[in-house]
Amino acid sequence: MTAIDSALQPAHDTAHGHHAKPSGITRWLFATNHKDIGSLYLWFAFSMFIFGGVLALCIRAELFRPGLQFWQPELFNQFTTLHGLIMVFGAIMPAFTGLANWMLPLMIGAPDMAFARMNNWSFWLLPPAALLLLISFAVPGGAAAAGWTLYAPLSTQMGMGMDLTIFAIHIMGVSSIMGSINIIVTILNLRAPGMTMMKMPMFAWASLITAYLIIAVMPVLAGVVTMVLTDRHFGTHFFNAAGGGDPVLYQHIFWFFGHPEVYIMALPAFGIVSHIIPTFSRKPLFGYTSMVYATSSIAILSFMVWAHHMFTTGMPATAQLFFMYATMLIAVPTGVKVFNWIGTMWQGSMSFETPMLFAIGFICLFTVGGLSGVTLSIAAIDIQLQDTYYVVAHFHYVLVAGALFSLFAAVYYWFPKMTGRMYSEFWGKFHFWWSLLWFNVTFFPMHFLGLAGMPRRIPDYNMQFTDFNTMASVGAFCFGLGQLIFFANMLHSLRHGRPAAAKPWEGADTLEWQIATPAPYHSFVEAPDLEVGENGRIDAMHGGKHH
Amino acid sequence: MACRRVLLLLTCWSPAVLAANVNLPPPVTGIAQDIYDLHMLLLYITGGIFVLVFGVMFWAILRHRKSAGHQAKHFHENTTVEIIWTLIPLLILVAMAWPATRLILQQKSSAGAELTIKVTGYQWKWHYDYLDDGVAFMSHLATPQSAIHQVAARGEHYLLEVDQPLVVPTGTKVRLLLTANDVIHAWWVPQLGVKQDAIPGFVRDVWFKVDRPGTYRGQCAELCGKDHGFMPIVVEAKAQADYARWLAARKQAAAANLDDPAKQWPLAELMARGEKVYTQNCVACHQANGKGIPGAFPALDGSAMATKDKPGHIDIVLNGSKKNAAMAAWGKQLSDTDIAAVITYERNAWGNHTGDVVQPKDIKAARGGKA
Repeated sequence: MTAIDSALQPAHDTAHGHHAKPSGITRWLFATNHKDIGSLYLWFAFSMFIFGGVLALCIRAELFRPGLQFWQPELFNQFTTLHGLIMVFGAIMPAFTGLANWMLPLMIGAPDMAFARMNNWSFWLLPPAALLLLISFAVPGGAAAAGWTLYAPLSTQMGMGMDLTIFAIHIMGVSSIMGSINIIVTILNLRAPGMTMMKMPMFAWASLITAYLIIAVMPVLAGVVTMVLTDRHFGTHFFNAAGGGDPVLYQHIFWFFGHPEVYIMALPAFGIVSHIIPTFSRKPLFGYTSMVYATSSIAILSFMVWAHHMFTTGMPATAQLFFMYATMLIAVPTGVKVFNWIGTMWQGSMSFETPMLFAIGFICLFTVGGLSGVTLSIAAIDIQLQDTYYVVAHFHYVLVAGALFSLFAAVYYWFPKMTGRMYSEFWGKFHFWWSLLWFNVTFFPMHFLGLAGMPRRIPDYNMQFTDFNTMASVGAFCFGLGQLIFFANMLHSLRHGRPAAAKPWEGADTLEWQIATPAPYHSFVEAPDLEVGENGRIDAMHGGKHH
Repeated sequence: MACRRVLLLLTCWSPAVLAANVNLPPPVTGIAQDIYDLHMLLLYITGGIFVLVFGVMFWAILRHRKSAGHQAKHFHENTTVEIIWTLIPLLILVAMAWPATRLILQQKSSAGAELTIKVTGYQWKWHYDYLDDGVAFMSHLATPQSAIHQVAARGEHYLLEVDQPLVVPTGTKVRLLLTANDVIHAWWVPQLGVKQDAIPGFVRDVWFKVDRPGTYRGQCAELCGKDHGFMPIVVEAKAQADYARWLAARKQAAAANLDDPAKQWPLAELMARGEKVYTQNCVACHQANGKGIPGAFPALDGSAMATKDKPGHIDIVLNGSKKNAAMAAWGKQLSDTDIAAVITYERNAWGNHTGDVVQPKDIKAARGGKA
């Protein structure tokens, strides 16, 4: 660590005169400060969340009752496809990268992210990619309409909207790989003295493991969509059976990316919740070491289960059995995490501010998604449920109540540190209860729809499915409305919120709460000497300078 | 109307009213029954776990809260507990995996089938071929476009009705060989407990044995393009004797309906037949008014192809489009007479008044003599 200290020193000295905060558009365009880039990521993710959300409401409007009311089937398919792609690659992944950008250096005592200029580039690749997806609606043939999974050979049939989507995926993939390299190098090399790996906060662990997953699988996705591209335009036959290709090969490659991707969107959430539950329970995280191992095992297992998305392709029984057993196994480390969180709450001294509410909501509803996941893992049952609304319910419990709720929890939790102001607790709690209610009204009935036999990705349905679809549509619109409350609360509190204390949460004990609020523009330009306990608990801090 | 229904749903949440719609539909095969039972078992186990785990959590929320004056204890590790809550879930999983494994092996044992039917998925219809009996037909959605577009009333089996269902005998082990012509489809009938992807270029098999006569409905379960939601599956299970009668009638009708390849058709007859073929096969993209969908599917009404370039018109219908993969090669699916009829129809319907008549022998010639 001394090497890093001395390496930082000259930079700090020479740059001393230039530490005034840059202003205007250049502050954002040429941003290299991890906090600015983190904010950019979060704003981008939120706007994509709104865009993807509007697409979701277009879907729900059409499904409000039977018959075609608003859209033709091909446009409907474009909505479902882009909703999925935008929420996964535009909203959830950038939001977690944004949080990691903001919080990692503060949590481990680093002056900034390791590669500040690459950080700028990783962010600024995203808006053009989003633009490609946006304008694909306007090109002849419209946007990609093959589902977010872009299964071949359907995806080889599409118009040029598919090409734009493929390029967008390439760009977003490059962006997230660079973001991940940055996260890994920052965590491995820039920890302050005393912050050892096995004492690091869980969010740092989760981000580190997630970053490895991203580096491992994004190139796989890039590869498979490139194969679709060459099948479309350059006469290859990877997925064209008539030319000796195999359509199912696409699914194997896609899900080799796709299943770890599920954990790319879940592990950071686990990290966030592992901060918030101890803070508001005023009790250390239970089983820190087993949490680290559970997270790692989930990551490793996630590479061995991909074909459970493909039980109906007609795999041999032995393959079905292998992937079923491997998938069921994931329930074990995931269960360990849930038990550890409850073990943390047990005999604590809990209070229920907005971040805690969202964290508890996360645990309950994520577990519902986990248990329906166990049901789906049973290949014999999956035959009935695959590609139905049961699956739609399952992964929205994991991704909305999981990833999204954890993101809300994180934003409320760190908002005071980021902005120096408190959000409105009343509207925060209102946002939670409102979201909780309408989330369940929207997605719980989808379990029933799937069991009763409604396939996913259809724009119209038999009347026996009407009631639950109507209910889901009403729920979706109310849920969407509730997110405007969140937006208004954030926007208002940013300017007019009550000034926040350096440590607004009584039980918070990680490094970011040891410095001033709002976090100084250049924090830890000189690494502090730390005495650290498990999960990043700071027992003592010496030195460390900020500007 | 819809609002009232939601209110009704929220206020009289009686399990009895909803039971029909909240679970897997009543199984009619042994496999479907086993899936149903296994799912119920899983539901009880996972439900029990949920209640137990969150019972503990909510107990803690209730008792161990600051506002109740509870002081935090500071334990944060217990290896014994960790081992216990790793092992117990593992044992529960083994208990689930055991019956699941048996059921999977059963699902996969398609040997000893007494009837084999080849099923081919097309965008957006199913083709059934009784391999041993020489009976084959296409099964299309029977719901009229007017019902989908809110003009006409919707019947009970809206979107789940076809012109020609798959007919199978009861008490017989039926093996389906599934493949597809264009993209991946999935053949799914919930009450039979069967779902299998139909993959172009590959043949997959699946089996079922229905015990009760009846009509069982399902849908394509794999996104296959625009009309994915409009390619239902209907299986009619008939008692052995009824099935034998149906098969015999079917064979007779097929022989009677065989078109004379040398027949010279008058325009009116070709137009009538062509309209039927158009409605079954072309209307999804090119639309009933022949205007297509701008940007995606070209118009036929007034197009150069359908009014001037006759050889080009025959070629694209027979062999498909090189530029737009959505235009299939219909030569593989339709007879010479059907193709002649639909081309004649397209050249004389709407504002196209070419007066052109295309005869089956023209199609045969365009195929290079091989029908």
